Amino acid sequence: MASAAHEITPAEASANPAPESVVVRFAGDSGDGMQLTGGQFTLSTALAGNDLATFPDFPAEIRAPQGTLFGVSAFQINFGSTAIETAGDQPDVLVAMNPAALKVNLDALKPGGLIIADEGEFTDRNLAKAKYDANPLADGSLGKWQVMALNISQLTLDAVKPFGLGNKEALRCKNMWTLGLALWMFDRDRQPLVDWLKSKFAKAPTLAEANIAALNAGHAFGETAELSGPMKQHAIPAAPVEPGLYRTVTGAEAISLGLIAGAQLAGIPMFFGGYPITPASAILHQLSRLKEYGVTTFQAEDEIAAIASAIGASYAGQLGVTSSSGPGIALKTEAIGLAIMTELPLVIVNSQRGGPSTGLPTKTEQSDLYQAVYGRNGDAPMPVIAARSAADCFEVAIEAVRIATEYMTPVMLLTDGYIANAAEPWKVPDISRFEPFPVRFLEETPADGFRPYARDNKGARPWVKPGTPGLLHRIGGIEKAAGTGNIDYSPANHQAMTDARRDKVANVRVPDQEVELGNSSGKLAVVGWGSTFGPIHQAVRRARARGLDVSHIHIRHIWPMPANLAVLLRGFEHILVPEMNTGQLKTVLRDQFLVDARPLNKVSGQPFRIAEIEAAIERALGGQVGGELRADRDQLPEPQSGHDDGSLREHRSPQSA
Amino acid sequence: MNDMTPFLTKPKDWETDQEVRWCPGCGDYAILKAVQRTMPEIGARPENTVFVSGIGCSSRFPYYMETYGFHTIHGRAPAVATGVKLANPDLDVWIITGDGDALSIGGNHTMHLLRRNLNCQVLLFNNEIYGLTKGQYSPTSRVGTRSPSTPLGSVDRPANPCAFALGSGARFVARGIDVHKNLVGVLKAAYAHQGAAFVEIFQNCIVYNDDVFAPFTDKKAGADQNQLWVEHGQPLVFAGGTKGLALDSQTLQLKVVAADDPAVAVHDQTNRGLAHMLVEMPFGEFPMALGVLYDDPAPTFDSAVVEQNAAASRGKTPDLQRLLSAGQTWMVDKQPHAL
Repeated sequence: MASAAHEITPAEASANPAPESVVVRFAGDSGDGMQLTGGQFTLSTALAGNDLATFPDFPAEIRAPQGTLFGVSAFQINFGSTAIETAGDQPDVLVAMNPAALKVNLDALKPGGLIIADEGEFTDRNLAKAKYDANPLADGSLGKWQVMALNISQLTLDAVKPFGLGNKEALRCKNMWTLGLALWMFDRDRQPLVDWLKSKFAKAPTLAEANIAALNAGHAFGETAELSGPMKQHAIPAAPVEPGLYRTVTGAEAISLGLIAGAQLAGIPMFFGGYPITPASAILHQLSRLKEYGVTTFQAEDEIAAIASAIGASYAGQLGVTSSSGPGIALKTEAIGLAIMTELPLVIVNSQRGGPSTGLPTKTEQSDLYQAVYGRNGDAPMPVIAARSAADCFEVAIEAVRIATEYMTPVMLLTDGYIANAAEPWKVPDISRFEPFPVRFLEETPADGFRPYARDNKGARPWVKPGTPGLLHRIGGIEKAAGTGNIDYSPANHQAMTDARRDKVANVRVPDQEVELGNSSGKLAVVGWGSTFGPIHQAVRRARARGLDVSHIHIRHIWPMPANLAVLLRGFEHILVPEMNTGQLKTVLRDQFLVDARPLNKVSGQPFRIAEIEAAIERALGGQVGGELRADRDQLPEPQSGHDDGSLREHRSPQSA
Repeated sequence: MNDMTPFLTKPKDWETDQEVRWCPGCGDYAILKAVQRTMPEIGARPENTVFVSGIGCSSRFPYYMETYGFHTIHGRAPAVATGVKLANPDLDVWIITGDGDALSIGGNHTMHLLRRNLNCQVLLFNNEIYGLTKGQYSPTSRVGTRSPSTPLGSVDRPANPCAFALGSGARFVARGIDVHKNLVGVLKAAYAHQGAAFVEIFQNCIVYNDDVFAPFTDKKAGADQNQLWVEHGQPLVFAGGTKGLALDSQTLQLKVVAADDPAVAVHDQTNRGLAHMLVEMPFGEFPMALGVLYDDPAPTFDSAVVEQNAAASRGKTPDLQRLLSAGQTWMVDKQPHAL
């Protein structure tokens, strides 16, 4: 998302796509270091003051067979001088490290776009693996693009020759050569990369020097006059942003930092119980390195133990946190009910991925909203809050901790694979600007006696740490008597306790809903949540620039919803809800407000494209609201490059060839 | 670490005002009494004591102890207890569980709790049946157990709780009997052990599995002849001091010999191999080994976590603002300009 609130003029918006931004996609074999190349390019781009958004796309298989179509790994970055909110629709530049990478990503490339191909890898054998009958670099089939075929493999080998590396090791420097060329094309500084390589290979100075030599050689290659034809240097001016200190941040990093900040604002230590799962593990990794901030991390034996231990820690007086993705959240469901019943604070982070079941582990989706809001046995209300971008994760995590501790309730924080992995510039927040919400444990018997299930004006029960003399009590998942918390199955009590749990969550204080863009009433509201923020915002902006009456509303508080949302939604003739699912927020909006919310759905594992939402806005204003978007062959992630759907078995393994 | 500072209480101080809801005659009553008698003897403090249970008849236990208590969900008590202990290692944590809770639905958690060696006590009430759900066979039921879900008799082989515990890496394994006076001594030893202390308590379910342990628990059924109470440093003798156990050097297994046989083995509670043999002895041909079968402390999980957290923090001043500003950063100092 944008790091700065920046409105462009209608004239700017009419240029589509914005000329100030460029989309580059690096694609290669999963062993070619494409994610590394993309990540380092991202860093250099951010350092150059560009706003940017990235979209890493990698196969579920860690090392898919080399050179094959399903082993292709790609990294896309959209950077430019306007506020960037998506990873970009179609690439302007495609760097293809082998024939498979070219084939898988070619359809996506903008007509007239530039292909940089490593012709050294376009051997008969690799062409066959990529199912090419003829070499596309030679047969004229790439006519609608500009092609720059370079023997990157050979150029790299030449560049690192003085270091005496083996052939395999030398070829590993290919990605740095390519990066050097890309840095030259977009006038990026090499120094941070040089520093990074030196520290990364501190124990192997030869490797560091070789990689730096490759980087410099790629850069020099662009600089020298040897080049003719399409290769030309692009200069992207810095994006206008608010003054201040900036860094790049991924969603997983921002959530980790936000949880730490939240625990600090609450004045309690944090306990994180986790179990490895894609794409949520990054949070476990981050927090495990930050123990000095009062964080205990525990890699449990399974998802259930991960949440159960977090509940135990909350019971003992720490902030219990657990994190997972859809299938793991499903396993945690019974324990979430326990936390609801025992009314203990807990933060559950769900980094959503394509489902159901194992689904699409490395692809993004927003299809766990029903699970978050409704997915438990019994009447089991729980606040749900959703992050819209990597940077937004920080504030949302703090908000989740606030609600959990103030209301003695588990809170689910929804993010997704797109946000978790994507990097974006982030204006470093001033932590002193956040209002602390210190936890007050009950430590003495109140004047009217101690009742473990007494309620304060927010409906929250007291939090008593074991170890406190005089306040001994027992809690559990079995229904408890109002006030005393003793076992009580009686009809009137269950009614009263069910109502109390419902009311507590329904009355969680949530800020009023604001309109992101446009008027607070009118013809069309485009209502989104989570990581669709970028494409919705851009699409609405472009539509408004063309004079269309459309507004963007983006909901952070999924449950309970902001009190003013009903009035707000009723002020629009039409409501369009784009979601990467089959219409889950749409259902909740209809249920809560009896409004005619219409879905715009996309469940191909691909984020929305700006153009798709723009087109849907136009259709909606013409009276045709909503619809379903088909899978898009032109867009990342290419289905061939991401998941084992069984069809992969038909491919012959190159090892057996 | 358990706080061993002597603290004066009476068994009655550990009773709650809650009506105890087990069937009349249930072995759980006797275990509850034994635990309430144990607490004063170990000098435990009620406010520093937490009972964590799962689901099942046994798991109602925390409601009857005047301590902190958490009646969790089926099989998950070890996981909840792990969070409690890591969050506050000063607490005395007792896990109350049953054969179904600990070895069926929660088998995974039991295994990992024991191998990690969390400093806590695990009391597994083994009655070889699912009582709360009305009498289905359990993972410890013997082959042929007739129950509502196995009207023709169960066909699957039972789990041996103590063998499971040893196999999972437990450093303390003991057995007791609900109504036997030695139970308090076993519980005291479990508490004194630093690390996960696993205690299997044979508990009679009077309604669904009555007398299933009678051959070694009921005097009228000749139990005296079939109990082997082991004691560290003492010979392994039973049947009123008439029989003993010796190692058969040919088969590397235990064998029953006369008590005065010079080959009678002496119990060494730190001998893991011997513990394996004692818990695996087929009952009938051999007596039931009871008491502290294995006790050989090792570093605990909670102390290792605490130490690592402390080491990672040593010499560092946590500064959140600095953390937020970490990594590669850049300054933007101009005001936004119009494009």
